[in-house]
Parts: sequence; C-alpha cells; structure tokens
Amino acid sequence: MTALSVRNLAKTFTMHLRGGISLPVVENVTFDINPGECVVLGGPSGAGKSSILKMVYGNYGVDGGAVLIAHDGAQVDLASADPRTVLTLRRDAIGYVSQFLRTVPRVSALDVAAEPLVVRGIDKAEAQGRAGEMLSRLNLPERLWGLPPATFSGGEQQRVNIARGFITHHPVLLLDEPTASLDAANRAVVVDMIAQKKRCGVAMLGIFHDEDVRSAVADRIVDVTGFAPRVAA
Amino acid sequence: MSDEPLLRVSNLTKYYGSRLGCADVSFELWPGEVLAIVGESGSGKTTLLNTLSANLEPTSGEALYRMRMGEWRNIYELSEAERRFLTRTDWGFVHQNPADGLRMTVSAGANVGERLMAVGDRHYGRIRDTALDWLGRVEIAADRIDDQPRSFSGGMRQRLQIARNLVTGPRLIFMDEPTGGLDVSVQARLLDLLRQLVGELGLSAIVVTHDLAVARLLSHRMMVMKDGHVIEAGLTDRVLDDPREPYTQLLVSSILQV
Repeated sequence: MTALSVRNLAKTFTMHLRGGISLPVVENVTFDINPGECVVLGGPSGAGKSSILKMVYGNYGVDGGAVLIAHDGAQVDLASADPRTVLTLRRDAIGYVSQFLRTVPRVSALDVAAEPLVVRGIDKAEAQGRAGEMLSRLNLPERLWGLPPATFSGGEQQRVNIARGFITHHPVLLLDEPTASLDAANRAVVVDMIAQKKRCGVAMLGIFHDEDVRSAVADRIVDVTGFAPRVAA
Repeated sequence: MSDEPLLRVSNLTKYYGSRLGCADVSFELWPGEVLAIVGESGSGKTTLLNTLSANLEPTSGEALYRMRMGEWRNIYELSEAERRFLTRTDWGFVHQNPADGLRMTVSAGANVGERLMAVGDRHYGRIRDTALDWLGRVEIAADRIDDQPRSFSGGMRQRLQIARNLVTGPRLIFMDEPTGGLDVSVQARLLDLLRQLVGELGLSAIVVTHDLAVARLLSHRMMVMKDGHVIEAGLTDRVLDDPREPYTQLLVSSILQV
C-alpha cells in the first residue's frame, strides 16, 4: 500500500479583498509515495509547491481531489476529513517540518522539541532526553536549550524546528525547505537524518531549493509545472 | 480521545427582543478540544458564550451536555440546583475582568477554597493545601495566600481566577477574552500557562477572543462570527492560513506584523 496518495488535487484562491479575483494555483495534482521513499517537488517559485504541501497537511482547503493517507490499515482522505480526524492523522500519521518556527512565549528550545512526544503521552523527562539527543546531533549548543527560541538566529530556530519535526515516528513526513538557513555541516546532518527516516520506512514529500541536498535525498522529482491550471480560452 | 463528544449544540439562537444576538449555531465539542470563537465586537460571540454556559436562556435550539455519569442532558432543562452544581464543579468560567469572577474582598486562598467548599469539602487543612498547590501552579507565591486579590496586579488576578476555576477539576471551561486587558508580556505568560494547563488536564475549552494570535496558540478549531452568524468554521490553521469568506480574509489580513 502506498503511504501517501494524492489524487487530482485542485486549488484556486479567491481574493475577496481584491474584487473577488481568482488565482488558480494547481489542478490535477496526482502522485503516490511509497514507504521509505523521498519525493521532492520541483519547479520554479510560484509554481505551487508550498500550496501542495499545505493541502496535503490540511492547512489549505482543496477545491477538488483527495489526499489519501494510510492509517490503521485503511486509506483516509485528509482533504475531506473533519477537523477532528485531521488532528488524529497529524498526531499519528503525518508530520510536518515547516520552514519557520512558530515560537511560543516562554517555552524553552528543549521543550519545543520535546513537545510532540509529551502530547503523545511520553514521560516528560524521557521526551526531554530524546529532544536533547536531537539538538546535540544538530549541533545546537547546550547553553541555548533552556532558552525560548524567539531570540535565536534563523539557523538555530530552524534546527529546533527540525528536532521537533523529526522526533516522532510519523509514517509520512512533509519537509518544507528544512535546510534553507543551515550551514554545510548542519545540512549534512539533516541529509543523514532523512536517510535514516527512509531506512525506517518513512514516506517523505519535500521542497528543497538547495541542489546538493535535493540530489542527495530525492528518489524522485515531481515537476509541479505539470499541474499548472489550463487557462480558460 | 474519547469516542463521544462532550457537548452537542444545535440551532442555538438568541434574540434580545427583536435584536439578534446569535443565530442558528450548531457544533460539537470533543473532550480535550479547544474551540475559539472569533469576530469583532458585536458579532455575537459573547452572547453565544453566555448562552452556552447557561448564563442566558436561548430563544430556540438546544445544547446537550454529557454529564459525568454519561447521560446526555439539555442544559436549558436542568433544574436550578443541577445547573448550579454543573457551573460550580464540572464547568469553569474565566471572565475578561477578573473582578467579575473573583471575590475581591476575601483572601486568595479563600477564593480558591470556596469552590471546593461548594462541592462539599469541609476539611480546612486539606482545602488550604489544595489552594496552596493551585496558587503554585498558576505561579502565585505561597506567601500571598492570605492577601486579597484587590492587592494583586491584573495578571495575578487573572491567574488567580484561573486557579479558582480549575480547582474542582472541571471538564469544560469557558473563557471570555482571557488575555483581554493585560500587557503583552503578562499576556504571554498567561497564554503559556493556559496552554500548559489545558494540555495537562485534558480540558475542553471554548474561548472567545478577538485576537487571532491567541486563537492560533490555544485552539484546535475555530468559528468566525459576523452579525450573529457563524460564517466560517474549521481547523484553526486552515481558517487562518486559507480563509475563505470575505470577512475572514479581512480579519486575517488586518493582523499587524511585528
């Protein structure tokens, strides 16, 4: 069974504050990802890569099509699921590493990274231990662990975000430019972490602008320009 | 997650005479779920909250609540005694102005202890210990237990109000602009505390706010109200990242960036 199956997704934005103009983004978006495979979305900026990722995670609604995710031995359509089912799928089946960390006031970097485990009922001390391992691996200095990440540099925040996204064992993982603000050494760590996820059978869908990272992690490139909406005659 | 909702609201409508408060609101709330109700002043969100929390009688519609023993009851058909028991134990209500939810002239400890006594606890030492524990959880120093909330800052009062509400182990908590009148730094502390407590205790909550950042941080789901009607509802990040309705797009685009 495929881990993630995207079928005929379509998205048009209607901008009510701009006189109701519609901006068609993509249509007929269709691809499958198998367990242990990393598929990278390709195409220039504005082609709809991020929009596809957000539709797959449910941040964007869809105008048509399905996002089928393997869960409990069945395929569940996230695109048409009610909010509660989407939250269950996000807890158990599909993870997301966003490009930017949404910081929460007063919560330390260590707890930000540990939180996905804590909400799954794992003991706080154990969760913090595993979060610490992730942060060390990503070379985040230990003196920063106890501080809230709001004042961290872009690269430091991104590493906290990666630790948070990779700490769980979601069978499907979405990666939105996780290496964009990292130096070469840390990019290599992330490439390694992705390879490890593959060996564990995780299906990944990502956006990577960095050529080297992309060629190191991608098993397949899906060219998003192929989903450009046909302009009505 | 439990496989039954806690609250089932159908077609709830409230008129003040001929003026509409809120109309035809339907939703389900599940255990552990935080629902935000957003909208501008006068959109009906506070009317809805006051109706849901049984402070107002609806003009029509019903709200079914799953009691601790598992039976479903329409909250508008409860006897006065049953309703009082519900609002004092199984529910909490956090007002925007802490003075509305606290007794300003009795001590902090008594403010927390009073709710325990209302459910029949009579052991003074145990009540004081529990009150102390709760003051600690909302980050109020133990040596303030005998002070009146009149001598507390706004943020402390709000934290005390939260302790007073949570001490009886409620399953559902209503909040009306819980961070409304506070400085941003105090707001951040309160939000972090609320988020933590709601998560730890597995509470369900309905939060009225006009602050979309508060909704993003605290809620799983949100409803957008305008002119008494729910015009858009869904997963919080879906509504905020991909607003559909003209009014929701206006709200989201009006947030100031820092």
